[in-house]
Amino acid sequence: MTFSPELEARFAKMLENYPPGRQKGAVIPMLIYAQDEVGAVTPELVLEIAQRLAVKPIEIDEVVEFYSMLHRTPLGKHHIQICTNIACQLTGGEELWQHACKKLGIGNKQVTEDGLFSLEEVECVGACSWAPAIQDGYEYHHHMTIEKLDQLIEDVRRAVKPQ
Amino acid sequence: MEHLLHEPHPLETILLSRRFRLENSASIDTFLANEGFDGFRQALTMTPEEIVAEVKLSNLRGRGGAGFPAGMKWSFVDRKSPKPKYVVVNADESEPGTCKDRVILQYDPFRLIEGVLIAARAIGSERGWIYIRGEYRYLIEHMNAVIATAYERGWLGKNIQGSGMNFDFATQSGAGAYECGEESALLESLEGKRGNPRLKPPFPAQVGAFQCPTVLNNVETYSAAPDVILKGGQYYADLGTPRNGGTRLLCISGHVNRPGVYEVRLGMNMLQAVNELAGGVWKGRKLKAIIPGGSSCPVLTAGECDIPMDYDSLGKAGSMLGSGGMVVLDETTDMVKLLSRIMKFYAHESCGWCIPCREGTTWLKKILARLDGGIGSVNDIDTVDQIAVNMFGHTFCPLGDAAAMPTMAIVRKFRQEFEAKLQSTQVFVPEPGTRSLPVLK
Repeated sequence: MTFSPELEARFAKMLENYPPGRQKGAVIPMLIYAQDEVGAVTPELVLEIAQRLAVKPIEIDEVVEFYSMLHRTPLGKHHIQICTNIACQLTGGEELWQHACKKLGIGNKQVTEDGLFSLEEVECVGACSWAPAIQDGYEYHHHMTIEKLDQLIEDVRRAVKPQ
Repeated sequence: MEHLLHEPHPLETILLSRRFRLENSASIDTFLANEGFDGFRQALTMTPEEIVAEVKLSNLRGRGGAGFPAGMKWSFVDRKSPKPKYVVVNADESEPGTCKDRVILQYDPFRLIEGVLIAARAIGSERGWIYIRGEYRYLIEHMNAVIATAYERGWLGKNIQGSGMNFDFATQSGAGAYECGEESALLESLEGKRGNPRLKPPFPAQVGAFQCPTVLNNVETYSAAPDVILKGGQYYADLGTPRNGGTRLLCISGHVNRPGVYEVRLGMNMLQAVNELAGGVWKGRKLKAIIPGGSSCPVLTAGECDIPMDYDSLGKAGSMLGSGGMVVLDETTDMVKLLSRIMKFYAHESCGWCIPCREGTTWLKKILARLDGGIGSVNDIDTVDQIAVNMFGHTFCPLGDAAAMPTMAIVRKFRQEFEAKLQSTQVFVPEPGTRSLPVLK
């Protein structure tokens, strides 16, 4: 399996960061960066990383199962993660979540038919003082409202419409 | 990047956050023009023992949650060990209510580098990592650029500023796991494994990253070190209260008019922080309760909140200063729904390693979800309390305690809300002999 030159360069640099013989430490960063490019942690990706780090594939699989940001199937182009933990629950996060599900017609960890959106009800994303907060992929959106969420969805849809 | 700052409030004590609002605050040149690396320069003229002594004198305690004295932690590392020593920064920041390490890394990242270098000199370390939660991808890229700049300008790498000291530093991404904020689970993750905690003792100071002596502290704890050295441990200690030195960042959130991250002296009054800094409870409502330092901390009712905010006072009040994640609850807050959500969190984040946590958090989540829907008997309330009592102190790592403590506090202090939910539900009980199940009306 080959990755983009940027990703290969990133991996090469990553491997220098560990004490000699302890390159297995790169597993989780490699997985999450590779996932961005490949779209999901495919069986092929598992074998590739296992081979590169000289570990058994099971050692990769057990990590994939543990960390919640690693997924085996592709998500939407815009993966909308809505926090409903305490600070966000107290300021409208749950209402945002229910609205999002209804508006997009999907549930937790599901993808829309057109592949544009997926939704996930997440735990605290570290934006409590600017709640309610969501993430679109890695991008933060603070002080969210139902109107702003509708606007976000609208903007994405408009951007992909043929002109 | 989202804008995270507000206008400084007159009641804040601006020490750690003093560069945040400068133009280009995150640039190394702004840093250098504003006492940047002066603490480290001074540390280079001190012996490791002197550095540790100064940090001990300052009464700087861990700002991640546990509040363990930093100087004491650093003194546990045996500098004479033939193994390499490591410095690890905990930037996992996943405790619900907490959003301060983000602010430090975004607005004054070189301060963190400076703090790490001071710790490295104190323990004789030549390599370290900053473990950043996967969701903070923008900060991982930001810190990668910061570290690259530090190398270019001779503040990392070989023979730093001609001092003879070497130090290599890199970011390490997480991938979504609250348990990886626990120090030993973080080290497991750093080694490329599942985030299960380790048996302690031995502690990371003896057996840490890659089985070598390691100092592992929170972002804010390292970030406080430059001022401890530059302005002196006694100065830092005097800002706070006895055995609780310095200032800390407080993340005020929830039902307040001005949520935000504020820097306060240890010992500031909690009600004053809510009413003055955060503008009081919103919408003209009354205060019901406060979760002082993240979801793991026992809730304090309004009547219990007139106390100084330091580790010891919060401890005496039956709670914790914790991570500084202060969540304010107004009179309309549904405490049953809140606890149910908190348990959903712990059940999800339990690493699954030990029975009392894995099974206990699952039972608590299920029973509380049911009670929140008004289904159950008053015995179930006692069951919830008993499960928490049996988890507390019996789990392999503090996550079990973190789930048990808020459970016991909310069930005991707000029991009437649980009972009211059960009484107000109408259930249609089918005829005996029929096959249908009870249904909520």
